Amino acid sequence: MYKVVIGLEVHCEVQTNSKNFSSAPNEFTMTPNIHVAPVDLGLPGILPVVNEEACRKALKTAMALHCENPDEIIFDRKNYFYPDLPKGYQITQVTKPMGRNGYLDIKVGEKEKRVYIHQLHLEEDTASLDHYSNYSLIDYNRSGIPLMEIVTEPCISSAEEAVTFLEDLRDVFLFCEVSEARSNKGQMRCDVNISLTEEGSDKLGTKVEMKNINAFNSVKAAIEYEIKRQSELLDRGEKVIQETRRIDEDGKTYSMREKVDAVDYKYYVEPNLPPVKLTKEYLDGIRQTVPMLKLDRLHRYINEFHLSEYDATVLSKNKDIADYFENILLLGSDIELTVNFVTTSVLSSLKKLEIDLKDFFITEEMLSGVIDLVHQGKISLDHGKKILYQALEKKKDPRDIIKESHLEQINDEEKLLTYITEALEENPEQVRQYVEEGKDYVINYFIGKVMQKSNRQANPNITLELIKKELEKRRK
Amino acid sequence: MEYQKMLIEDLRKELDAGVVTSQELFEKFVSLAKKYQGEYNSFVTILEKYKMKKKKDTLVTGIPYALKDNFSTSNILTTGSSNILKNYVPVYDATVYKKLKEAGAVLMGKTVLDELAMGGTGITGHTGVVKNPWDKTREIGGSSAGSAAAVALGIVPFALGSDTGDSIRKPAAFGGVVGFKPTYGLISRYGLFAFASSLDHVGCFTRSVRDAAIVTDIIKGEDPHDMTSLKDTGECLVDSLAQDIKGKKLFYIKEICDRSQYEESGDQEILAVLDNFYDLVEKLKEKGFVIEEVSIDQKLLEAIYPSYMTISCAEATSNNANLTGIPYGPRGEGNSVDEIMFSARTKGFSELIKRRFILGSYILQKENQEKLFLNACRIRRLLVDKINDLFQTYDGFLLPCSGGGAPHFDEDSDKLSDRYLLMENHLSLGNFGGYPSITLPCGFIDGAPIGVCLTGRVKEDGLVLAMAEKIEEVTGLKGQIAGGDQDV
Repeated sequence: MYKVVIGLEVHCEVQTNSKNFSSAPNEFTMTPNIHVAPVDLGLPGILPVVNEEACRKALKTAMALHCENPDEIIFDRKNYFYPDLPKGYQITQVTKPMGRNGYLDIKVGEKEKRVYIHQLHLEEDTASLDHYSNYSLIDYNRSGIPLMEIVTEPCISSAEEAVTFLEDLRDVFLFCEVSEARSNKGQMRCDVNISLTEEGSDKLGTKVEMKNINAFNSVKAAIEYEIKRQSELLDRGEKVIQETRRIDEDGKTYSMREKVDAVDYKYYVEPNLPPVKLTKEYLDGIRQTVPMLKLDRLHRYINEFHLSEYDATVLSKNKDIADYFENILLLGSDIELTVNFVTTSVLSSLKKLEIDLKDFFITEEMLSGVIDLVHQGKISLDHGKKILYQALEKKKDPRDIIKESHLEQINDEEKLLTYITEALEENPEQVRQYVEEGKDYVINYFIGKVMQKSNRQANPNITLELIKKELEKRRK
Repeated sequence: MEYQKMLIEDLRKELDAGVVTSQELFEKFVSLAKKYQGEYNSFVTILEKYKMKKKKDTLVTGIPYALKDNFSTSNILTTGSSNILKNYVPVYDATVYKKLKEAGAVLMGKTVLDELAMGGTGITGHTGVVKNPWDKTREIGGSSAGSAAAVALGIVPFALGSDTGDSIRKPAAFGGVVGFKPTYGLISRYGLFAFASSLDHVGCFTRSVRDAAIVTDIIKGEDPHDMTSLKDTGECLVDSLAQDIKGKKLFYIKEICDRSQYEESGDQEILAVLDNFYDLVEKLKEKGFVIEEVSIDQKLLEAIYPSYMTISCAEATSNNANLTGIPYGPRGEGNSVDEIMFSARTKGFSELIKRRFILGSYILQKENQEKLFLNACRIRRLLVDKINDLFQTYDGFLLPCSGGGAPHFDEDSDKLSDRYLLMENHLSLGNFGGYPSITLPCGFIDGAPIGVCLTGRVKEDGLVLAMAEKIEEVTGLKGQIAGGDQDV
């Protein structure tokens, strides 16, 4: 038996309006050479202008991956000649990458594993080449598209781990909203480094590199094939050659070139992009936008909300669903009922209608309202679900449907104020958060409380204004 | 011809008074350019068709000018004076060209440079040698050779150049005209074919300090295309000329200017340069300047030229890696992409360029980078620290531009030479620190013009120009052109 050591280098296109260093659009198109600015062609005299959005998104991803961020942004030139590289150098980051020494926790089967991230850096994509029998065509649409490269430490030990990591990393990109990360559009690509070593030996085996694999299952196939190939070589007492291999459609790998000496890219700091200091405020601003990742949410749902592992998994898998679920809880709705409604009615409706949550008619407030009525015993669980389906069909607020049958809104400010005062007094911690830390979202929390107290009859707009007023009073 | 000697504001008056139209002026200058072209070879391209599309009225509206042929001009051939770009027609405008167009200035030609702005002789352009308008047996210097010659000949009142080590200021001195390179970042480099990005400056040739201020006012300004461009301060350089310079303190460097070190050689030319210099210094003191001698470590000064060459060759290698003949330029031949690029670059560059690229590549190699490239960057830092330190006390420094008039054609070479290592190569201090630096004519030696260079603090371009204008008053050489009064 041999110990398998795998390291991954993952490239992911960053979603931005324009390219990393030019104003040409960063959009997918089948028409070649239309998204091209002089900068992307490397014409004489061009200068790069860095895309702040790309930097923000790379920093955000680095933060989500628990990396250390640099004190300033600088770029380096990687010098080499190739027809897909119009400037003759690629602008990338060597000296101070956007992130270093991070990790991503993944769950492989029942076991959790921490995959260490060596670094995350921002660079530009090359043009793409189409090779024909005796000529090649260059498409500069891809030239200059912002690309994040995430390099793991060699700490992955199976194909399954590698694929789980890639899937979870893709979720990080999606959770952070930094990329669509679609491998079929080439937005996410991966290089795999793999070596085998005798079990128990601390000496690393010979590294074989497999470049530019798009589909995750190809990564799996390639790794499995390599493990088998290299094991057989070693079993026969033969040597593994250090080389770069490519993978074919049948899942087998073929030698591309032997690595003689590593190419010298003559890196040096890009002189046209002056260093930009990263202030604590700037980084904190980005950090506030970093969402909780899948596995963290899973843990939270199980430990804090006491959900079953099954429910927790279902709810944490997709960021939109997870956010939706959490928002309803923030409105003060009962956890158990919320889990029930979201995992059944909501998910089945989405599936039936074949839509994403963003196109779903029922908002968090609407669903929360229905759930609260069920919770208060005003309507039955079945009735609640029926009303939800009616609401979806008629595209009508389910709360209105209920109200029209028997409930009226409270618009009387004095009446509302008694609920509000009660709610504020019962929840001093949330009041403090608003007053001392300026956390605006507690307003929603209090709206939820008032809604509960008033059997959801409180006029939400008036309530909102009154709560704001009352909280502001306490600020002074 | 009368207009040949006129400064920008004189031409402005003529145009405003309707004595001459912009198109007539353009045609006169074009015919002058053609008349001199065979003899002096200032231009790669002389434009035939008058074209003016102003967006606003300025001092230069309607006035013809020339651009060094390394500024990107859409639909106008731009060669960098290199075979590898001999048919290259850009698709976009350099920011300075765009600004001049909007200001109503009329481009009348693209001037010859040393190939890709590397070299300081004016003899390596792909269309041939540029000759010195004051003496055809001499070089004009480079790399902005054609722009210097065109202004010195009176073909245009002003021309733009680029200055990486001394490429505006040296040929300006040899051509007896004013050459100004402002603070790094004051003028956008977008569209200037890059030589060494951290040292490259855009600047201008004129026949007076005031004209240099006028032109710089038009082309300066923050540019969204150039992240190294400086934020606008709203300063008008022409207005800054009026400031009082009484009591301003200048220094000159003993290790460069001390007469005794040259006396033994018996070289009368360099001694004459120093006589001229010290004479000027005395006259400036009378005008109210305080001028003192300072001493800087000889070893440090001797490192200026080698570190300049090291940094500039390294950056040039990378900056010119786009010239492969693949996306544009003459396509090479071969059976693989490597062969095709190899062939295009082998044919497209002259020996001198190839030597610099090989040096640059060697300097950047992993095993040499620390010792060569990074050490050169450290020396640059030490020199800039030293000058900045002196700038705590002084407002600027004044030095002769060279050890004599322009070299004769058989004298010069690109190779490292020990002869007057410091005297001939100190101008790149201005590039190391990004300082505003201006040369202006201060006399003649054997009929060849010589210049003096004034360098000041970063972002104090207005003060440098104001002090330079005082020097100009003392020299009395404002507005001179070759073939004018001095013509033999």
